[in-house]
Amino acid sequence: MNTSVIVFPGSNCDLDVVHAISSALGTQADLVWHDDNELPQGTELVVLPGGFSYGDYLRCGAMAAKSPIIRAVIEHAGSGLPVLGICNGFQVLTETGLLPGALLANRTLSFICDFCHVRVERNDTPFTSLYRKGQVLRIPIAHYEGMYFLPGDELAKIETANRIVFRYCSPEGEVDDSFSPNGALNCIAGITNEAGNVLGMMPHPERASESILGSVDGLPLWQSLSRWLEGRNRS
Amino acid sequence: MKTDFRSAGLTASEYSAIRELLQREPNFAELRILGVMWSEHCSYKSTRRLLSLFPKDGEQVVQGPGENAGIVDAGDGWGIAFKVESHNHPSAVAPYQGAATGVGGIIRDILAMGARPAALMDGLCLGLKTSSRAAALADGIVKGIAGYGNAVGVPTIGGKTLYSECYNGNPLVNAMCLGTVKLDNIVSSRTALPGHLAVLIGSRTGRDGIAGAAFASSELSDDTRSSRPQVQIGDPFVEKLLIECCLEIHSKGLIVAMQDMGAAGITSSSSEIAAKSGTGIRIEADLVPLREKMEPWEIALSESQERMLLIAEPEHLDEIGSIAAKWQLECAAIGEVTDDGLFVMTSGGSTVVSLPAEMVGGGCPPVLWPSKRPSSETTLPDGGTGPLDSSVIRETLAAILRDPGISDKSAIYKQYDYMVQTGTVVPPGRSVSVFRVRQNGRLIGVTMEADPWKCSIDPFKGAAETFLKALRPLWLSGAAHLGMTNCLNYPSPENPENFWVLEESVKGLAAVAGDLSCPVVSGNVSLYNENPEGKIMPTPMVGVVGLFEKNLLPLEDQSASGREDIFLAGDLPGALEGSLFARLTGNGVHEGRISYDPAKESSFMSRALETARGDLATCARPIAGGGLLTALSRICISSNMGLTLLLEPPEITPGLLFGEWGPRAVYLVPEGSLNGFLETWDGFPVKKIGFTGGSSLSIGDREILPVKKMQKCWRVE
Repeated sequence: MNTSVIVFPGSNCDLDVVHAISSALGTQADLVWHDDNELPQGTELVVLPGGFSYGDYLRCGAMAAKSPIIRAVIEHAGSGLPVLGICNGFQVLTETGLLPGALLANRTLSFICDFCHVRVERNDTPFTSLYRKGQVLRIPIAHYEGMYFLPGDELAKIETANRIVFRYCSPEGEVDDSFSPNGALNCIAGITNEAGNVLGMMPHPERASESILGSVDGLPLWQSLSRWLEGRNRS
Repeated sequence: MKTDFRSAGLTASEYSAIRELLQREPNFAELRILGVMWSEHCSYKSTRRLLSLFPKDGEQVVQGPGENAGIVDAGDGWGIAFKVESHNHPSAVAPYQGAATGVGGIIRDILAMGARPAALMDGLCLGLKTSSRAAALADGIVKGIAGYGNAVGVPTIGGKTLYSECYNGNPLVNAMCLGTVKLDNIVSSRTALPGHLAVLIGSRTGRDGIAGAAFASSELSDDTRSSRPQVQIGDPFVEKLLIECCLEIHSKGLIVAMQDMGAAGITSSSSEIAAKSGTGIRIEADLVPLREKMEPWEIALSESQERMLLIAEPEHLDEIGSIAAKWQLECAAIGEVTDDGLFVMTSGGSTVVSLPAEMVGGGCPPVLWPSKRPSSETTLPDGGTGPLDSSVIRETLAAILRDPGISDKSAIYKQYDYMVQTGTVVPPGRSVSVFRVRQNGRLIGVTMEADPWKCSIDPFKGAAETFLKALRPLWLSGAAHLGMTNCLNYPSPENPENFWVLEESVKGLAAVAGDLSCPVVSGNVSLYNENPEGKIMPTPMVGVVGLFEKNLLPLEDQSASGREDIFLAGDLPGALEGSLFARLTGNGVHEGRISYDPAKESSFMSRALETARGDLATCARPIAGGGLLTALSRICISSNMGLTLLLEPPEITPGLLFGEWGPRAVYLVPEGSLNGFLETWDGFPVKKIGFTGGSSLSIGDREILPVKKMQKCWRVE
């Protein structure tokens, strides 16, 4: 799997993603500087990692969305290849317009770092094919601005279009606002674009990819991507 | 301008020493510089002699005190650089920025060794939540650590938090950072040669924090709030860029020497490099990138954050500059290393400062404060103790679990990103924090401890016990200690009784370091922790780093399955003096004999390590604050499992249930491991005291508290 992990000034989960992919799949991911205009030849997966791009001093992700590399990322997404935004990367994706909505401050008005549970709502995406639908994942979050928000009519639209991939839930899989750590609308933890090849998620799969870290529930995400790309290359 | 040594913070004898050394009158700028560099904070003039008592050597020590941080060998060619540093005074004035810049400063100390900052720990001594001012300070401090640590991408994996009235107006913020460094790639600050350039990388220099070090060297006064300009403002985004930039420059082999710019900014960093390298250094003030117009002496002493001083060969300047540009950081060659042994600053073509480099950082004559054992120790009234009935045990245990020092700290640590860098194996809230060195897969255990109450009773034994409280959980989890760092937080040394307490504490720490071969590799001193309302208790904060054997996972400290026997390793009763029980109940204040027994500790250590390595128990927990019942309760609370203690009435004493001090631990042992466990502990006091199971903590057939109730108390619901 040829992966490009974009590094913005202030990204801090870039090396974690490289490490997770390497330990999950045995493949080396490339770090790509935000100031570049092109993705490396042959890039299959683009990851926008977590962190505090540009210090999050403006709206989270707003500055990064104007980085030179973003045009290449948008083109990459347009070609149907997968783009994954994790945490700050999700925020960047909403700022670029690749994904709808915005991530607002948690309703606790505090930073939250903790394991949480999310339910897999779709397993027909390049990112989730190896999960069962309804499967509950134990996976960490770490953010201040993670409350997914969208005006009511648009929210109804993405719900109708079945674009929710992950929802916060109880350990048993019950979706209810009381299990949402940040107050996200409809407990949304991750969504895709219309085509299903761009995924934004607040939880960190790279932090749940080794048993020594307490969870391997993020592993199938990398494996799904790898399998999807192999299938695409064969066809 | 008239030179007034007193307003520069110097004493008359120091001023005459300066004239003696220089054979002339210092000028205004020189006086200001020496005033800061000879302050307690920078010169350690009151404690240098005491600190020399610390054992510093060991085969695992790669770098002892004297550099920006100590380094110990973590195997396979990798080392752990670590140090703890205080930021108490700034945090008392501006809690958010004070704590944030404390974190930023200690990260740069680790970076200066060429290490990648990999983990943070925080020792926080906070005022009581009942004081609204103390609560506001505590809230700001936690938010400051979170705001800085999270953005800079270094996980806060644990620490120590305690509460006492004595910290209401003078909270302690002791930040510890650990970094990973390849042993053949360590950066030093003593390797500069004449002709090398001094390169400043990072933020522009402004008028913030000027003479902050001098401010930290006196008591907080009522007009302390007017000291705001002496508190620096942090920018974690720039720090993150600075880390990546310096590590990239280092990876290309372009750094000859490096020093972070903390207290006293350009002056301390450049004069220290010159003094340690046996060279001189000339800084041109006009070349320093500024935020605002400043006088040369202000440039010399500014404590603007997020700056590093690199020493590099002139032919590498362009490459360094282009890496800095990539990371969007200012980079300027501001001077060069010379061979005249002088710290020189020029401005507008003329020399404004010319002082022997050695004298700037190391010339301050030590101060020998008189020391006096406190004569009439106030005898606390003692309610006395006797056998306890269940209802008293129940109430006492509930009160202990609700005590802010014991109760759940997740409201604090969940505000910290403790998982970034995907190395956190055992998260905050446990008796040992554990992280994985990504480069070699080895696990590192870290603990932090302070016990000011015990140090108040007996500073020697109390400090020794503090150190041991940091060591024992490492041993129990299976980690062998490598080295120690400490922060000595004390009131004014000018009071002879205060100084005696400080002296005794250092001796206590030194005794443990020597007796158990845990060398002191770095540290920091913070004196004058007092304000008009009073002074702090003696508070040595100890951080210890330990290493797990290859492929060994840490032994659990809070899990029970309901199928284990419970053993107490160590003496049945602990001492109540200085215990949480004595503080909460006023009883047993003088009960039990407190002692420091290194042979016993050493025996405990080897058995504990053998137990963990031999997989002879499923859970081990040190008996510390709150005693045996508290340690057991924590296991019940986390594992949602009850237990029964098989104790006969004469044994049911406060000393057994709530006593502290000394090597004592709780073990959960499954049936299959009983023989091996008992063999390992043969020759050391060990006794089966009960078994796990059920939904309550009971003593015999009497229920003390249901697990659900313990959980509620501990979470203060």
